[in-house]
Amino acid sequence: MRITCPNCGDRDRREFYYTGAATFLDRPAPDAGGAAWDDYLHNRDNPAGVTRDLWYHETGCAAWLVVTRNTLTHEVLKTELAADVKGQRNAG
Amino acid sequence: MVDLSANSPCAGLLPLTIGSVTLSEATPGTLTSIAPYNGQDKALSAALKSLHGMAAPAPNRATGKEGARAIWFGQRMILLQGPPPDPGLAKHAALTDQSDAWAVVRLEGAGAADTLARLTPIDLRDSQFKRGHTARTELRHMMSGITRLGPNSYQIMVFRGFAQTLVHDLKTAMQGVAARG
Repeated sequence: MRITCPNCGDRDRREFYYTGAATFLDRPAPDAGGAAWDDYLHNRDNPAGVTRDLWYHETGCAAWLVVTRNTLTHEVLKTELAADVKGQRNAG
Repeated sequence: MVDLSANSPCAGLLPLTIGSVTLSEATPGTLTSIAPYNGQDKALSAALKSLHGMAAPAPNRATGKEGARAIWFGQRMILLQGPPPDPGLAKHAALTDQSDAWAVVRLEGAGAADTLARLTPIDLRDSQFKRGHTARTELRHMMSGITRLGPNSYQIMVFRGFAQTLVHDLKTAMQGVAARG
């Protein structure tokens, strides 16, 4: 498996560390309530198909990435810098 | 009071020549990481140019020359190697002294690329990794910075604490390359 880092280009999977579902970027407001925080901390989908995860380019540029990939075909469909994804969300 | 004397990271380990490849410790001078503040990238590049004579490098590139280089060093990070940073840079970026934090070596000679290819997964072919190119990548499980300085010349950096491992792994790879003739 190879992941295309937006900074470094096409790199071997061994340079990256998997850090969980991309929903970690959507931190609820402090007063969002128990259900929202329960979802954020504990509840994950386990899709057979397209999923979005956070990966850390550990032995590379140290960027956090949002990787869209397909768990059935192992295709990596899209990689973005988490900073950009988060920035767009904050701007919007 | 004990008398303490400063040692370089690879003191007692280098230089080393095996076959046509030589590994030696570099004398990089001052190392400073430069992390540009939001929206300051262009101003920082202009400041680097006027104060140190080289623009900020694009990702995977190094600018400058022997004695004063700016090396792309990761997500929104540049490493200034050589001169102490001009205080004028601090207006545009967070500066951190890294001088004692890195083991910096040079791998030179015919077969240097073959040696490196045994340790890192990046594409080292001439068409892909040219002089002035740099990569943050894995070198035998260590996070490293590799910069191509010339046709048969590479600078390799790892955390100082890995100096002995770095020399050991490079030495083993140099022996392997030499054994193949």
